[in-house]
Amino acid sequence: MTFRLAAIAALIAFLFGLTVATFSELRVFLPALLRGATVTIEISIMSALLFWAMSFIAGIGRLNPIAPIRWASTVYIEVFRGTSLLVILFWFFFVLPSFGVVLTPTQAAVLGLGLNFGAYGAEVVRGAVTAVPSGQKEASAALNIPDWKCMLRIVIPQAIPVAIPGLSNLTIEMIKATALVSAVTLVDITFASVQQNQIHYRTLDIFLVALIIYYCFSQLIRFGGAILEARTTRHLARGQ
Amino acid sequence: MMDWRWDFTFDVVLPRLWEAAGITVYATVVSFAFALVGGLILMLLKMSAFKPISFVASEVIEFIRGTPLLVQIFFLFFVLPQVGITLPPLTTGIMAIAIYNSALTAEVYRAGLQAVPRGQWEAAVALNLSPYRTFRKIIIPQSLPPIVPALGNYLIAIFKETPLLSFVAVGEIMHASKLIGSEYYRFNEAVTIAGIFFLVMSLVSAALVRAAENYVKRSILH
Repeated sequence: MTFRLAAIAALIAFLFGLTVATFSELRVFLPALLRGATVTIEISIMSALLFWAMSFIAGIGRLNPIAPIRWASTVYIEVFRGTSLLVILFWFFFVLPSFGVVLTPTQAAVLGLGLNFGAYGAEVVRGAVTAVPSGQKEASAALNIPDWKCMLRIVIPQAIPVAIPGLSNLTIEMIKATALVSAVTLVDITFASVQQNQIHYRTLDIFLVALIIYYCFSQLIRFGGAILEARTTRHLARGQ
Repeated sequence: MMDWRWDFTFDVVLPRLWEAAGITVYATVVSFAFALVGGLILMLLKMSAFKPISFVASEVIEFIRGTPLLVQIFFLFFVLPQVGITLPPLTTGIMAIAIYNSALTAEVYRAGLQAVPRGQWEAAVALNLSPYRTFRKIIIPQSLPPIVPALGNYLIAIFKETPLLSFVAVGEIMHASKLIGSEYYRFNEAVTIAGIFFLVMSLVSAALVRAAENYVKRSILH
Protein backbone atom coordinates (compact mmCIF):
# COMPACT_ATOMS: atom_id res chain seq x y z
CA MET A 1 0.00 0.00 0.00
CA THR A 2 2.59 2.53 1.10
CA PHE A 3 4.89 1.05 -1.50
CA ARG A 4 2.39 1.74 -4.27
CA LEU A 5 1.94 5.30 -3.02
CA ALA A 6 5.70 5.71 -3.22
CA ALA A 7 5.65 4.20 -6.72
CA ILE A 8 3.05 6.70 -7.88
CA ALA A 9 4.96 9.58 -6.31
CA ALA A 10 8.09 8.33 -8.06
CA LEU A 11 6.24 8.10 -11.37
CA ILE A 12 4.90 11.64 -11.07
CA ALA A 13 8.36 12.85 -10.07
CA PHE A 14 9.76 11.01 -13.07
CA LEU A 15 7.22 12.68 -15.30
CA PHE A 16 8.16 16.07 -13.91
CA GLY A 17 11.82 15.26 -14.25
CA LEU A 18 11.21 14.30 -17.83
CA THR A 19 9.39 17.58 -18.39
CA VAL A 20 12.26 19.59 -16.99
CA ALA A 21 14.98 17.54 -18.65
CA THR A 22 13.51 17.64 -22.11
CA PHE A 23 11.27 20.63 -21.75
CA SER A 24 11.64 21.76 -25.32
CA GLU A 25 10.74 18.26 -26.52
CA LEU A 26 7.71 17.67 -24.29
CA ARG A 27 6.43 21.21 -24.72
CA VAL A 28 5.28 20.47 -28.24
CA PHE A 29 2.84 17.71 -27.38
CA LEU A 30 2.24 17.68 -23.61
CA PRO A 31 -0.33 20.54 -23.63
CA ALA A 32 -2.46 18.69 -26.17
CA LEU A 33 -2.30 15.49 -24.12
CA LEU A 34 -3.27 17.36 -20.95
CA ARG A 35 -6.22 18.96 -22.76
CA GLY A 36 -7.16 15.41 -23.73
CA ALA A 37 -6.77 14.39 -20.09
CA THR A 38 -9.39 16.94 -18.99
CA VAL A 39 -11.84 15.40 -21.48
CA THR A 40 -11.00 11.92 -20.16
CA ILE A 41 -11.54 13.06 -16.56
CA GLU A 42 -14.80 14.81 -17.42
CA ILE A 43 -16.20 11.75 -19.24
CA SER A 44 -14.92 9.44 -16.48
CA ILE A 45 -16.66 11.34 -13.68
CA MET A 46 -20.00 11.61 -15.47
CA SER A 47 -20.07 8.01 -16.65
CA ALA A 48 -18.89 6.72 -13.26
CA LEU A 49 -21.90 8.40 -11.62
CA LEU A 50 -24.26 6.79 -14.15
CA PHE A 51 -22.45 3.45 -13.82
CA TRP A 52 -22.74 3.35 -10.01
CA ALA A 53 -26.42 4.38 -10.14
CA MET A 54 -27.24 1.75 -12.79
CA SER A 55 -25.34 -0.93 -10.83
CA PHE A 56 -27.56 -0.44 -7.80
CA ILE A 57 -30.80 0.01 -9.77
CA ALA A 58 -30.30 -3.08 -11.95
CA GLY A 59 -28.58 -5.18 -9.29
CA ILE A 60 -31.39 -4.67 -6.79
CA GLY A 61 -34.01 -4.79 -9.56
CA ARG A 62 -32.85 -8.27 -10.43
CA LEU A 63 -33.80 -9.44 -6.93
CA ASN A 64 -37.18 -7.68 -6.96
CA PRO A 65 -40.18 -9.91 -6.16
CA ILE A 66 -42.18 -8.29 -9.01
CA ALA A 67 -41.42 -10.37 -12.11
CA PRO A 68 -41.52 -7.65 -14.84
CA ILE A 69 -38.96 -5.55 -12.94
CA ARG A 70 -36.78 -8.63 -12.58
CA TRP A 71 -37.07 -9.43 -16.30
CA ALA A 72 -36.32 -5.85 -17.33
CA SER A 73 -33.16 -5.83 -15.19
CA THR A 74 -32.07 -9.21 -16.56
CA VAL A 75 -32.58 -8.13 -20.17
CA TYR A 76 -30.66 -4.90 -19.54
CA ILE A 77 -27.76 -6.76 -17.91
CA GLU A 78 -27.53 -9.48 -20.57
CA VAL A 79 -27.76 -7.08 -23.52
CA PHE A 80 -25.10 -4.67 -22.28
CA ARG A 81 -22.77 -7.38 -20.99
CA GLY A 82 -23.12 -9.34 -24.20
CA THR A 83 -22.30 -6.60 -26.69
CA SER A 84 -18.99 -4.90 -27.22
CA LEU A 85 -18.60 -1.40 -25.78
CA LEU A 86 -17.29 -0.01 -29.05
CA VAL A 87 -20.35 -1.32 -30.92
CA ILE A 88 -22.63 0.24 -28.30
CA LEU A 89 -20.87 3.62 -28.57
CA PHE A 90 -21.18 3.50 -32.35
CA TRP A 91 -24.79 2.48 -32.13
CA PHE A 92 -25.67 5.34 -29.76
CA PHE A 93 -23.91 7.89 -31.91
CA PHE A 94 -24.72 6.78 -35.45
CA VAL A 95 -27.89 4.69 -35.25
CA LEU A 96 -29.97 6.34 -32.52
CA PRO A 97 -30.37 9.58 -34.55
CA SER A 98 -32.40 7.68 -37.14
CA PHE A 99 -34.75 6.65 -34.32
CA GLY A 100 -35.18 10.35 -33.59
CA VAL A 101 -32.79 10.51 -30.61
CA VAL A 102 -29.88 12.81 -31.40
CA LEU A 103 -27.08 12.71 -28.82
CA THR A 104 -24.07 14.96 -28.52
CA PRO A 105 -20.73 13.11 -28.51
CA THR A 106 -20.40 13.61 -24.74
CA GLN A 107 -23.90 12.31 -24.08
CA ALA A 108 -23.33 9.27 -26.29
CA ALA A 109 -20.00 8.49 -24.59
CA VAL A 110 -21.38 8.90 -21.06
CA LEU A 111 -24.51 6.85 -21.83
CA GLY A 112 -22.53 4.09 -23.54
CA LEU A 113 -19.88 3.79 -20.83
CA GLY A 114 -22.30 4.21 -17.93
CA LEU A 115 -24.88 1.71 -19.21
CA ASN A 116 -22.27 -0.84 -20.30
CA PHE A 117 -20.38 -0.85 -17.00
CA GLY A 118 -23.64 -0.53 -15.03
CA ALA A 119 -24.54 -3.98 -16.36
CA TYR A 120 -21.28 -5.45 -15.03
CA GLY A 121 -21.67 -3.54 -11.75
CA ALA A 122 -25.21 -4.85 -11.35
CA GLU A 123 -23.83 -8.38 -11.00
CA VAL A 124 -21.39 -7.16 -8.32
CA VAL A 125 -24.18 -5.43 -6.40
CA ARG A 126 -26.47 -8.46 -6.75
CA GLY A 127 -23.74 -10.68 -5.31
CA ALA A 128 -23.19 -8.26 -2.43
CA VAL A 129 -26.91 -8.02 -1.63
CA THR A 130 -27.34 -11.81 -1.64
CA ALA A 131 -24.29 -12.05 0.64
CA VAL A 132 -26.18 -10.23 3.42
CA PRO A 133 -27.35 -12.97 5.83
CA SER A 134 -31.04 -13.78 5.36
CA GLY A 135 -31.50 -13.53 9.13
CA GLN A 136 -31.25 -9.76 8.70
CA LYS A 137 -34.31 -9.75 6.45
CA GLU A 138 -36.18 -12.17 8.69
CA ALA A 139 -35.42 -10.02 11.72
CA SER A 140 -36.70 -6.89 10.01
CA ALA A 141 -39.83 -8.77 8.91
CA ALA A 142 -40.31 -9.82 12.53
CA LEU A 143 -39.89 -6.19 13.59
CA ASN A 144 -42.57 -5.22 11.03
CA ILE A 145 -40.20 -3.05 8.98
CA PRO A 146 -41.60 -2.51 5.46
CA ASP A 147 -39.69 -4.21 2.62
CA TRP A 148 -38.39 -1.03 0.98
CA LYS A 149 -37.17 0.30 4.32
CA CYS A 150 -35.46 -3.01 5.11
CA MET A 151 -33.68 -2.84 1.74
CA LEU A 152 -32.70 0.81 2.16
CA ARG A 153 -31.72 0.86 5.84
CA ILE A 154 -30.70 -2.73 6.63
CA VAL A 155 -29.56 -4.60 3.52
CA ILE A 156 -27.87 -1.97 1.33
CA PRO A 157 -25.67 -0.50 4.10
CA GLN A 158 -24.36 -4.01 4.77
CA ALA A 159 -23.96 -4.79 1.07
CA ILE A 160 -21.92 -1.67 0.23
CA PRO A 161 -18.64 -2.76 1.91
CA VAL A 162 -18.88 -6.11 0.11
CA ALA A 163 -19.49 -4.40 -3.24
CA ILE A 164 -16.72 -1.79 -2.97
CA PRO A 165 -13.73 -3.91 -4.14
CA GLY A 166 -15.65 -5.16 -7.19
CA LEU A 167 -16.99 -1.73 -8.04
CA SER A 168 -13.60 -0.05 -7.69
CA ASN A 169 -12.06 -2.65 -10.03
CA LEU A 170 -14.81 -1.95 -12.54
CA THR A 171 -14.24 1.79 -12.15
CA ILE A 172 -10.60 1.26 -13.17
CA GLU A 173 -11.79 -0.78 -16.14
CA MET A 174 -14.18 2.03 -17.02
CA ILE A 175 -11.48 4.70 -16.93
CA LYS A 176 -9.40 2.53 -19.24
CA ALA A 177 -12.42 2.09 -21.47
CA THR A 178 -12.78 5.87 -21.90
CA ALA A 179 -9.96 5.43 -24.42
CA LEU A 180 -12.70 4.35 -26.84
CA VAL A 181 -14.59 7.64 -26.82
CA SER A 182 -12.63 8.89 -29.80
CA ALA A 183 -15.03 6.66 -31.77
CA VAL A 184 -17.69 9.31 -31.15
CA THR A 185 -15.36 12.17 -32.17
CA LEU A 186 -14.26 13.23 -28.65
CA VAL A 187 -10.62 14.27 -28.32
CA ASP A 188 -9.45 12.41 -25.22
CA ILE A 189 -5.89 11.41 -24.24
CA THR A 190 -5.79 8.55 -26.72
CA PHE A 191 -7.09 10.52 -29.68
CA ALA A 192 -4.89 13.48 -28.78
CA SER A 193 -1.87 11.14 -28.77
CA VAL A 194 -2.78 9.80 -32.22
CA GLN A 195 -3.17 13.35 -33.53
CA GLN A 196 0.09 14.53 -31.95
CA ASN A 197 1.82 11.47 -33.34
CA GLN A 198 0.67 12.38 -36.83
CA ILE A 199 1.90 15.96 -36.39
CA HIS A 200 5.21 15.48 -34.55
CA TYR A 201 6.00 11.83 -35.17
CA ARG A 202 7.55 11.43 -31.70
CA THR A 203 5.74 8.12 -31.30
CA LEU A 204 7.57 6.57 -28.36
CA ASP A 205 7.49 9.70 -26.14
CA ILE A 206 3.87 10.53 -26.88
CA PHE A 207 2.43 7.08 -26.27
CA LEU A 208 4.61 6.44 -23.21
CA VAL A 209 3.37 9.66 -21.63
CA ALA A 210 -0.22 8.68 -22.50
CA LEU A 211 0.27 5.24 -20.92
CA ILE A 212 1.77 6.79 -17.79
CA ILE A 213 -1.13 9.24 -17.43
CA TYR A 214 -3.63 6.36 -17.65
CA TYR A 215 -1.56 4.33 -15.20
CA CYS A 216 -1.62 7.19 -12.68
CA PHE A 217 -5.40 7.48 -13.03
CA SER A 218 -5.98 3.79 -12.42
CA GLN A 219 -3.61 3.68 -9.44
CA LEU A 220 -5.44 6.67 -7.98
CA ILE A 221 -8.77 4.84 -8.18
CA ARG A 222 -7.17 1.74 -6.68
CA PHE A 223 -6.08 3.80 -3.63
CA GLY A 224 -9.43 5.50 -3.39
CA GLY A 225 -11.10 2.08 -3.39
CA ALA A 226 -8.71 0.69 -0.77
CA ILE A 227 -9.22 3.71 1.50
CA LEU A 228 -13.00 3.54 1.06
CA GLU A 229 -12.96 -0.17 1.80
CA ALA A 230 -10.93 0.35 4.97
CA ARG A 231 -13.27 3.17 6.01
CA THR A 232 -16.49 1.16 5.49
CA THR A 233 -15.24 -2.05 7.13
CA ARG A 234 -13.45 -0.60 10.15
CA HIS A 235 -16.37 -1.41 12.49
CA LEU A 236 -16.26 -5.08 11.49
CA ALA A 237 -14.29 -7.61 13.48
CA ARG A 238 -11.08 -8.66 11.75
CA GLY A 239 -10.67 -12.40 11.37
CA GLN A 240 -7.37 -13.82 12.70
CA MET B 1 -39.41 7.02 -38.25
CA MET B 2 -37.19 4.00 -38.31
CA ASP B 3 -34.96 3.86 -41.34
CA TRP B 4 -34.25 0.19 -41.95
CA ARG B 5 -33.93 -1.48 -45.38
CA TRP B 6 -34.11 -5.25 -45.43
CA ASP B 7 -32.84 -5.61 -49.01
CA PHE B 8 -29.73 -3.60 -48.08
CA THR B 9 -29.31 -5.76 -44.99
CA PHE B 10 -29.41 -9.02 -46.92
CA ASP B 11 -27.60 -7.96 -50.11
CA VAL B 12 -24.75 -5.85 -48.72
CA VAL B 13 -24.45 -6.01 -44.95
CA LEU B 14 -24.76 -9.69 -44.12
CA PRO B 15 -22.33 -11.07 -46.76
CA ARG B 16 -19.63 -8.55 -45.86
CA LEU B 17 -20.05 -8.95 -42.12
CA TRP B 18 -20.00 -12.74 -42.56
CA GLU B 19 -16.58 -12.49 -44.19
CA ALA B 20 -15.35 -10.17 -41.44
CA ALA B 21 -16.72 -12.45 -38.71
CA GLY B 22 -14.08 -14.99 -39.71
CA ILE B 23 -11.32 -12.50 -38.91
CA THR B 24 -12.96 -11.63 -35.59
CA VAL B 25 -13.10 -15.30 -34.58
CA TYR B 26 -9.54 -15.92 -35.83
CA ALA B 27 -8.17 -12.94 -33.86
CA THR B 28 -10.05 -14.09 -30.76
CA VAL B 29 -8.83 -17.69 -30.86
CA VAL B 30 -5.21 -16.90 -31.69
CA SER B 31 -4.83 -14.15 -29.10
CA PHE B 32 -6.51 -16.33 -26.48
CA ALA B 33 -4.06 -19.14 -27.22
CA PHE B 34 -1.09 -16.77 -26.88
CA ALA B 35 -2.58 -15.22 -23.74
CA LEU B 36 -2.84 -18.68 -22.15
CA VAL B 37 0.88 -19.32 -22.71
CA GLY B 38 1.96 -15.75 -21.93
CA GLY B 39 -0.02 -15.75 -18.70
CA LEU B 40 1.68 -18.96 -17.64
CA ILE B 41 5.11 -17.45 -18.29
CA LEU B 42 4.29 -14.20 -16.45
CA MET B 43 2.86 -16.20 -13.54
CA LEU B 44 6.00 -18.36 -13.29
CA LEU B 45 8.17 -15.21 -13.37
CA LYS B 46 6.04 -13.61 -10.69
CA MET B 47 6.21 -16.72 -8.46
CA SER B 48 9.99 -16.89 -8.95
CA ALA B 49 11.98 -17.25 -5.73
CA PHE B 50 14.51 -14.71 -7.03
CA LYS B 51 13.11 -11.44 -5.65
CA PRO B 52 14.15 -8.95 -8.39
CA ILE B 53 12.55 -11.09 -11.11
CA SER B 54 9.29 -11.50 -9.24
CA PHE B 55 9.25 -7.77 -8.39
CA VAL B 56 9.78 -6.73 -12.02
CA ALA B 57 7.22 -9.27 -13.25
CA SER B 58 4.54 -8.11 -10.85
CA GLU B 59 5.16 -4.43 -11.69
CA VAL B 60 4.98 -5.22 -15.41
CA ILE B 61 1.68 -7.06 -14.86
CA GLU B 62 0.42 -4.09 -12.84
CA PHE B 63 1.36 -1.62 -15.58
CA ILE B 64 -0.21 -3.68 -18.36
CA ARG B 65 -3.39 -4.06 -16.32
CA GLY B 66 -3.47 -0.36 -15.45
CA THR B 67 -3.39 1.02 -18.97
CA PRO B 68 -6.03 0.85 -21.72
CA LEU B 69 -5.76 -1.87 -24.34
CA LEU B 70 -6.48 0.63 -27.12
CA VAL B 71 -3.42 2.73 -26.21
CA GLN B 72 -1.31 -0.43 -26.09
CA ILE B 73 -2.55 -1.36 -29.56
CA PHE B 74 -1.63 2.10 -30.86
CA PHE B 75 1.70 1.90 -29.05
CA LEU B 76 2.66 -1.38 -30.75
CA PHE B 77 1.15 -0.31 -34.06
CA PHE B 78 3.14 2.93 -34.27
CA VAL B 79 6.31 2.08 -32.32
CA LEU B 80 7.17 -1.33 -33.81
CA PRO B 81 7.71 0.00 -37.37
CA GLN B 82 10.00 2.72 -35.97
CA VAL B 83 12.30 0.13 -34.41
CA GLY B 84 12.36 -1.76 -37.67
CA ILE B 85 9.71 -4.43 -37.11
CA THR B 86 7.02 -4.23 -39.77
CA LEU B 87 4.10 -6.55 -39.19
CA PRO B 88 0.62 -6.65 -40.70
CA PRO B 89 -1.96 -4.80 -38.55
CA LEU B 90 -3.73 -8.05 -37.69
CA THR B 91 -0.55 -9.58 -36.23
CA THR B 92 0.23 -6.43 -34.24
CA GLY B 93 -3.33 -6.34 -32.94
CA ILE B 94 -3.29 -9.99 -31.93
CA MET B 95 0.03 -9.38 -30.18
CA ALA B 96 -1.38 -6.43 -28.22
CA ILE B 97 -4.50 -8.31 -27.15
CA ALA B 98 -2.41 -11.36 -26.21
CA ILE B 99 0.01 -9.30 -24.09
CA TYR B 100 -2.79 -7.42 -22.35
CA ASN B 101 -4.67 -10.61 -21.53
CA SER B 102 -1.49 -12.45 -20.45
CA ALA B 103 -1.33 -10.04 -17.52
CA LEU B 104 -4.91 -10.94 -16.64
CA THR B 105 -4.60 -14.72 -17.07
CA ALA B 106 -1.39 -14.68 -15.00
CA GLU B 107 -3.46 -13.59 -12.01
CA VAL B 108 -6.01 -16.34 -12.77
CA TYR B 109 -3.32 -19.04 -12.74
CA ARG B 110 -1.81 -17.65 -9.55
CA ALA B 111 -5.17 -17.59 -7.78
CA GLY B 112 -5.86 -21.16 -8.95
CA LEU B 113 -2.53 -22.46 -7.66
CA GLN B 114 -2.88 -20.68 -4.35
CA ALA B 115 -6.34 -22.19 -3.89
CA VAL B 116 -4.67 -25.61 -3.46
CA PRO B 117 -4.21 -26.14 0.29
CA ARG B 118 -0.59 -26.21 1.52
CA GLY B 119 -1.17 -29.63 3.06
CA GLN B 120 -1.38 -31.11 -0.44
CA TRP B 121 2.16 -29.99 -1.25
CA GLU B 122 3.40 -31.23 2.10
CA ALA B 123 1.67 -34.57 1.64
CA ALA B 124 3.23 -34.94 -1.83
CA VAL B 125 6.67 -34.30 -0.32
CA ALA B 126 5.96 -36.74 2.52
CA LEU B 127 4.94 -39.44 0.01
CA ASN B 128 8.16 -38.80 -1.94
CA LEU B 129 6.32 -38.02 -5.20
CA SER B 130 8.42 -36.60 -8.00
CA PRO B 131 7.80 -32.93 -8.90
CA TYR B 132 6.25 -34.05 -12.20
CA ARG B 133 3.77 -36.35 -10.50
CA THR B 134 3.05 -33.77 -7.82
CA PHE B 135 2.01 -31.27 -10.46
CA ARG B 136 0.39 -33.67 -12.89
CA LYS B 137 -1.64 -35.73 -10.41
CA ILE B 138 -2.09 -33.53 -7.34
CA ILE B 139 -1.75 -29.81 -7.95
CA ILE B 140 -3.06 -29.21 -11.48
CA PRO B 141 -6.26 -31.26 -11.14
CA GLN B 142 -7.16 -29.39 -7.97
CA SER B 143 -6.37 -25.94 -9.34
CA LEU B 144 -8.37 -26.42 -12.57
CA PRO B 145 -11.92 -25.90 -11.20
CA PRO B 146 -11.37 -22.23 -10.26
CA ILE B 147 -9.17 -21.59 -13.34
CA VAL B 148 -11.40 -22.91 -16.12
CA PRO B 149 -14.45 -20.65 -15.66
CA ALA B 150 -12.22 -17.58 -15.20
CA LEU B 151 -10.29 -18.36 -18.39
CA GLY B 152 -13.59 -18.89 -20.21
CA ASN B 153 -14.72 -15.45 -19.13
CA TYR B 154 -11.49 -14.00 -20.52
CA LEU B 155 -12.16 -15.76 -23.83
CA ILE B 156 -15.49 -13.94 -24.02
CA ALA B 157 -13.83 -10.69 -22.94
CA ILE B 158 -11.19 -11.04 -25.68
CA PHE B 159 -13.96 -11.65 -28.18
CA LYS B 160 -15.54 -8.37 -27.16
CA GLU B 161 -12.15 -6.59 -27.28
CA THR B 162 -11.50 -7.46 -30.94
CA PRO B 163 -13.56 -4.47 -32.24
CA LEU B 164 -10.69 -2.31 -30.92
CA LEU B 165 -8.64 -3.66 -33.83
CA SER B 166 -10.85 -1.63 -36.17
CA PHE B 167 -8.89 1.44 -34.97
CA VAL B 168 -5.80 0.10 -36.72
CA ALA B 169 -7.70 -0.96 -39.86
CA VAL B 170 -7.92 -4.70 -39.24
CA GLY B 171 -10.82 -5.95 -41.34
CA GLU B 172 -12.83 -7.46 -38.50
CA ILE B 173 -16.56 -7.05 -38.02
CA MET B 174 -16.59 -3.53 -36.59
CA HIS B 175 -14.25 -2.29 -39.29
CA ALA B 176 -16.46 -3.86 -41.95
CA SER B 177 -19.54 -2.13 -40.56
CA LYS B 178 -17.70 1.20 -40.33
CA LEU B 179 -16.68 0.79 -43.99
CA ILE B 180 -20.22 -0.07 -45.07
CA GLY B 181 -21.40 2.95 -43.10
CA SER B 182 -19.04 5.32 -44.81
CA GLU B 183 -19.49 3.84 -48.30
CA TYR B 184 -23.29 3.92 -48.35
CA TYR B 185 -23.77 6.43 -45.56
CA ARG B 186 -26.09 3.96 -43.84
CA PHE B 187 -24.90 2.98 -40.37
CA ASN B 188 -28.17 1.56 -39.01
CA GLU B 189 -28.15 -1.92 -40.48
CA ALA B 190 -24.42 -2.65 -40.27
CA VAL B 191 -23.84 -1.45 -36.71
CA THR B 192 -27.04 -3.06 -35.41
CA ILE B 193 -26.22 -6.41 -37.04
CA ALA B 194 -22.69 -6.20 -35.58
CA GLY B 195 -24.19 -5.62 -32.13
CA ILE B 196 -26.59 -8.55 -32.49
CA PHE B 197 -23.71 -10.75 -33.70
CA PHE B 198 -21.71 -9.95 -30.55
CA LEU B 199 -24.73 -10.46 -28.30
CA VAL B 200 -25.59 -13.87 -29.77
CA MET B 201 -21.97 -15.05 -29.79
CA SER B 202 -21.42 -13.94 -26.18
CA LEU B 203 -24.58 -15.64 -24.94
CA VAL B 204 -23.66 -18.86 -26.78
CA SER B 205 -20.07 -18.84 -25.52
CA ALA B 206 -21.24 -18.04 -21.98
CA ALA B 207 -23.38 -21.19 -22.15
CA LEU B 208 -20.37 -23.16 -23.46
CA VAL B 209 -18.17 -21.85 -20.63
CA ARG B 210 -20.78 -22.95 -18.09
CA ALA B 211 -20.85 -26.39 -19.70
CA ALA B 212 -17.04 -26.64 -19.58
CA GLU B 213 -17.10 -25.56 -15.94
CA ASN B 214 -19.58 -28.30 -15.04
CA TYR B 215 -17.59 -30.86 -17.02
CA VAL B 216 -14.36 -29.99 -15.20
CA LYS B 217 -16.08 -30.11 -11.83
CA ARG B 218 -17.63 -33.50 -12.51
CA SER B 219 -14.74 -35.22 -14.26
CA ILE B 220 -11.91 -34.08 -12.01
CA LEU B 221 -13.32 -33.74 -8.56
CA HIS B 222 -15.63 -36.74 -8.42
